[in-house]
Amino acid sequence: MAARKNTKKPNIKPNIAADELKKYYREMLLIRRFEEKAGQLYGMGLIGGFCHLYIGQEAVVVGLEAAAEEGDKRITSYRDHGHMLASGMDPNGVMAELTGREGGYSKGKGGSMHMFSREKHFYGGHGIVGAQVPIGAGLAFADRYKENGRVTFTYFGDGASNQGQVFETFNMASLWQLPVVFVIENNQYAMGTSQSRSTSTPELYTRGKPFGIPGEQVDGMDVLAVKEAGEKAVAHCRSGKGPYVLEIMTYRYRGHSMSDPAKYRTREEVQKIREERDPIEHVRTLLLEGKHASEEDLKAIDKEIKQVVNDAAEFSKDSPEPALEELWTDIYAEAAPQNA
Amino acid sequence: MARMTMVEAIRDAHDVAMARDDRVIVFGEDVGYFGGVFRCTAGLQKKYGKSRCFDTPISESGIVGTAIGMAAYGLRPCVEMQFADYMYPAYDQIVSEAARLRYRSAGEFTCPIVVRMPTGGGIFGGQTHSQSPEALFTHVAGLKTVVPSNPRDAKGLLLAAIDDPDPVIFLEPKRLYNGQFDGHYDKPIVSWKKSELSEVDEGYAPIPLGRAKLRREGRDVTILAYGTMVHVALAAVADSGIDGEVIDLRTLMPLDIDMITASVRKTGRCVVVHEATLTSGFGAELVALVQQECFWHLEAPVARVAGWDTPYPHAQEWHYFPGPPRIAKALQAVMEA
Ligand SMILES: Cc1ncc(C[n+]2csc(CCOP(=O)(O)OP(=O)(O)O)c2C)c(N)n1
Ligand SMILES: [Mg+2]
Repeated sequence: MAARKNTKKPNIKPNIAADELKKYYREMLLIRRFEEKAGQLYGMGLIGGFCHLYIGQEAVVVGLEAAAEEGDKRITSYRDHGHMLASGMDPNGVMAELTGREGGYSKGKGGSMHMFSREKHFYGGHGIVGAQVPIGAGLAFADRYKENGRVTFTYFGDGASNQGQVFETFNMASLWQLPVVFVIENNQYAMGTSQSRSTSTPELYTRGKPFGIPGEQVDGMDVLAVKEAGEKAVAHCRSGKGPYVLEIMTYRYRGHSMSDPAKYRTREEVQKIREERDPIEHVRTLLLEGKHASEEDLKAIDKEIKQVVNDAAEFSKDSPEPALEELWTDIYAEAAPQNA
Repeated sequence: MARMTMVEAIRDAHDVAMARDDRVIVFGEDVGYFGGVFRCTAGLQKKYGKSRCFDTPISESGIVGTAIGMAAYGLRPCVEMQFADYMYPAYDQIVSEAARLRYRSAGEFTCPIVVRMPTGGGIFGGQTHSQSPEALFTHVAGLKTVVPSNPRDAKGLLLAAIDDPDPVIFLEPKRLYNGQFDGHYDKPIVSWKKSELSEVDEGYAPIPLGRAKLRREGRDVTILAYGTMVHVALAAVADSGIDGEVIDLRTLMPLDIDMITASVRKTGRCVVVHEATLTSGFGAELVALVQQECFWHLEAPVARVAGWDTPYPHAQEWHYFPGPPRIAKALQAVMEA
């Protein structure tokens, strides 16, 4: 059960199917272009308030989704756009939630951090750091109770891993042998605070160890390595052995949210990772060098994605704001007393 | 006298308190190296060192809990919850421990901590970044609750809060940090530097807790407000032409009941305003006190203008927010009653 550090350089599997690689490329690119567009719409004043972009971390969610099966669940924090897109949610509905429109997944009432989809087994979108972690364990409990063989991916950040409720959850999940994969997306910063300034033991994959939960560290810039680790974790959970911790080493290129003075790290640090470790470039290289795809093939994918994202942006502008009456719905099962 | 924004005034209060009393220590999420997400603690770590101003992990319960231990043993912690919306993990420590340490130990131990929290809406923060939880604190015996509405008060009240022998919840309306927002969201915000309220006394100049401030004298109706809503109420008075008397409560507990009573007895009418949701809000307490103290002077039922009883929505924020038109309407209704 000892936590194991996965340091081996992921080898390029020659037998990986071209279609599969292209699929990951497409999914990661969709997230990146979607986020870039969201950033633009924010700049134009069409999105207000908070907006946490996932750019740089795309391989994490795409790799893990590749390890998931229909019916598996996912729950995450406020940095949630990538998770929603990767789970197959409609980019139009996600973008329209960002702009606070009726066509958004929560009818504009939730915003960027708060969206859900029963159809895609996506349980949010949570603005309070760490709050989704015990909820994820609860979802896994329900699956175990129903004996349906499903697994829940519970995502949280390096910063969130210091919240007390995370430790409470580890204990319960292990005690009750819940089928939950705890995915720590370690992008090395919690807002403006680096891990070294907040965390006594930076090896987060060992955090489950005192509770008997195995863990491993994964290169989160390599979608194939993430997928492989995900499959192992999922197999562990599905076989009834209880929870598993994956610490996925990744990096966010953009600010924490939209107004981030970026004084806590150097421009060079960001630039270096972009140039040397970019997860999308990595797959692109695999595709081209392995002759799985031509430049033209990839251009066609780019073009298609651009269209999807532009359509989402248009939809998110055209969809009307929710009616004021709508703000009073979904508070209770029955109509809420409208005392204003 | 220097002119400061609310952020600068709060930073200055920290600076003054730390310089004069080495028991004062300051910590919270992103507070040390980064200087706070709203910059209220910028420069303090550089000046006072990492043992007096430092970062914490994202562990609100731990932040308040450790502060209580430090305070019980003679330190004066002033901690930041990054947003008031994040204090819920710490609520147990605040209510069960901080508020009751004195009572539980029959005065043997005390808990002189300050918990600062940016509060309120108007920034498109949605349900987890816009709440006004003051009533959750005023409801708890043993806590004091302060809500400044301008730089001058923010500095003076924070100094008094740090000096106070009991736990103080210090709610900072985040919409006011960098300008005098009056609810007219479609007009440019008024810079603090243009307002007399930004003239902050230099050095150690505490403003005692428990004293409200008259912001505008008027004959027709008393308006009770605090934080951002003080400015919104003043705007509503200007817009409606009704001669409202605007009282800035400044501290909700202890409450300046004398000023409130004197004013309502004079005007005979009262409107209570807050951003927080209506039901069981602090306004309910104010209305109860006003009717108890001023019943025979009242010409009309006391009215409340508050946030709707819904979660804080992402969309349609300016309809949800109790802006000048909603207050003006209530003033009109109270005058006509
Ligand atoms: C309980 C709580 N405390 C603080 C915050 C403010 N906050 C939002 S995100 C964040 C940093 C979280 O970092 P991490 O878990 O590493 O996730 P990342 O943003 O890097 O994806 C903080 C402090 C919050 N939303 N909720
Ligand atoms: Mg992080």
